[in-house]
Amino acid sequence: MVSETTEGVEHLEQMARRLRQHIITMTTAAGSGHPTSSLSSVELVSALYFGGFLRFRAGEPEWACRDRFILSKGHAAPLLYAALAEAGYFPVESLTELRKLGSVLEGHPNMLRLPGVEASTGSLGQGLSIGLGHALSVSLDEIDARVYVLLGDGEIGEGQVWEAAAAAAKYRVGNLTAIVDHNGFQQTGRTEEVLDLSPIEDKFKAFGWHASTIDGHSLEAVLEALSDAKNYPSQPQAIIATTEKGHGIVPLLKELNDENFHGQALSAEVAEKALQHLGKVS
Amino acid sequence: MRIGESIGLEMGKATRDAFGHELEKIGHERAEVVVIDGDVGNSTRTEYFAKSFPDRFFNVGIAESNLVSMAGGFAANGKIPVVASFAAFLMCNSYDQIRMSVAFTHSNVKLVGSHAGISIGEDGPSQMGIEDVALACALPGMTVIVPADEPSARVATRSVMDHIGPCYLRVGRPSVPVVYNDGCSEFCLGKAIQLRDGKDVTLIANGLMVAMAMEAAELLAQRGVECRVLDMHTVKPIDQEAVAAAVGETGAIVVAEEHLQHGGLGAVVAYAASQLSSNSVPFRYVNLGDQFAESGPAEGLLEKYHLTTKDIFQAAISALESK
Repeated sequence: MVSETTEGVEHLEQMARRLRQHIITMTTAAGSGHPTSSLSSVELVSALYFGGFLRFRAGEPEWACRDRFILSKGHAAPLLYAALAEAGYFPVESLTELRKLGSVLEGHPNMLRLPGVEASTGSLGQGLSIGLGHALSVSLDEIDARVYVLLGDGEIGEGQVWEAAAAAAKYRVGNLTAIVDHNGFQQTGRTEEVLDLSPIEDKFKAFGWHASTIDGHSLEAVLEALSDAKNYPSQPQAIIATTEKGHGIVPLLKELNDENFHGQALSAEVAEKALQHLGKVS
Repeated sequence: MRIGESIGLEMGKATRDAFGHELEKIGHERAEVVVIDGDVGNSTRTEYFAKSFPDRFFNVGIAESNLVSMAGGFAANGKIPVVASFAAFLMCNSYDQIRMSVAFTHSNVKLVGSHAGISIGEDGPSQMGIEDVALACALPGMTVIVPADEPSARVATRSVMDHIGPCYLRVGRPSVPVVYNDGCSEFCLGKAIQLRDGKDVTLIANGLMVAMAMEAAELLAQRGVECRVLDMHTVKPIDQEAVAAAVGETGAIVVAEEHLQHGGLGAVVAYAASQLSSNSVPFRYVNLGDQFAESGPAEGLLEKYHLTTKDIFQAAISALESK
């Protein structure tokens, strides 16, 4: 099964809403996880998997010509699992197995246990390097495949990200796109207060990348940026997506007096409200 | 007197040279082999591969973390990535990346740590990989090899490349005596090589210490002590049978390695022996202990830090006295 190449934005909006509902449902069922870190990346992942950018075969996860998606911010695993389920890798009903003993839906992605997961992540800062290895490897094999790596804005404090950025520029890797989910928060607070790495776009440019900053919740903007990324055959591309942590349920987080709400699940009661709130999103 | 001279061993090349030459040969045979370098290819000898296969050689600069994770990406696509750097920098600088993208994923990545041990000499303790074997052994699924000389390092390189799964190969900087002048065709991963048989004590060694163990065995023979000598080139998985036989048949064990005392060959052998139903035999260890070394010529360092033929000899005498 190859994904359709053109899907309407309306369809993607509905998919984004479904992914958000899955994220809330599965993390609340698990009683832990990172729902808000997952929610900020929803449009980015929706556009990749369901907007015709990732070429994949859910029934043949190891298909050599597939495009690769690497979730470097591994704590957003609920979003990845929701997308893989909706893409047909496994039944959507399995999502509530998240974090349960014996489940392949581990707290952070494990490529050995779950088909469709391209890299085992969860120790931050490593996904871009892994993606670079993929990108160079498929090029050696003359396979026309692209590699997308989703990073967090707190994560890019890891020096390894910039080692990978320099190496990708050296090898003029045109089939590698980094997407930074710039939601402005990391575990203990605002990224600008913990370790200010702004301006992120300029940093990638200084390393020799093509880089742009977009509204990460505008599906039109995300689709356009992903399309544009294909125009640089000998230069890696970075998309800095300005987002909102917990996007979709922010009013509820404000009621809880915790805009960041990092690394915790909503209570059943709040989750119910969140699902109702999301249901109203048109 | 240089190592091995007392028993007539000829000097050979360094184990890093053997690795580099064999890797280049394997490169001709296997198109899936790629090498990722942290700008030390002329030290680790991956330079030979680089010269023959520039398209499959990636020097990503002084960035060990990046290069190890990249290897994970290559391995996921069916390549056999070889990552070579100084043992100290590879294992210590990129340990988390090895944990995540090599061990946890059970990737077919070949880690090669050169300049291991204190015998690198003058460059000093910051460059000496003395904890690398312990770090490598700690990771689930990792195969850990420490070859003794040029011929066995060649065969070890080939074995590591043929093995499917993560491996750590430890090689050294200085030229070392040739223990296997027959080419070491008996080399098999996970199987100790018995270089000499005896009933009184077993000397278990790897790397540079194998030649010294052979010398010590000869000195002990002159005193009427019959030594078994095992080249325990594979630290993990350890050869349980060889350890059990050594304990049961010789009743005294000496383990010699150019490594810290914690987590190296000595610890692995002792753990294996402790699983036996009867294990009340004396153990003695020749290793670096629990300390960093210092700068200086290799021979002087080995003597100062008690990693010599004489030290193995004395350890054996001590073990025999406790039998």
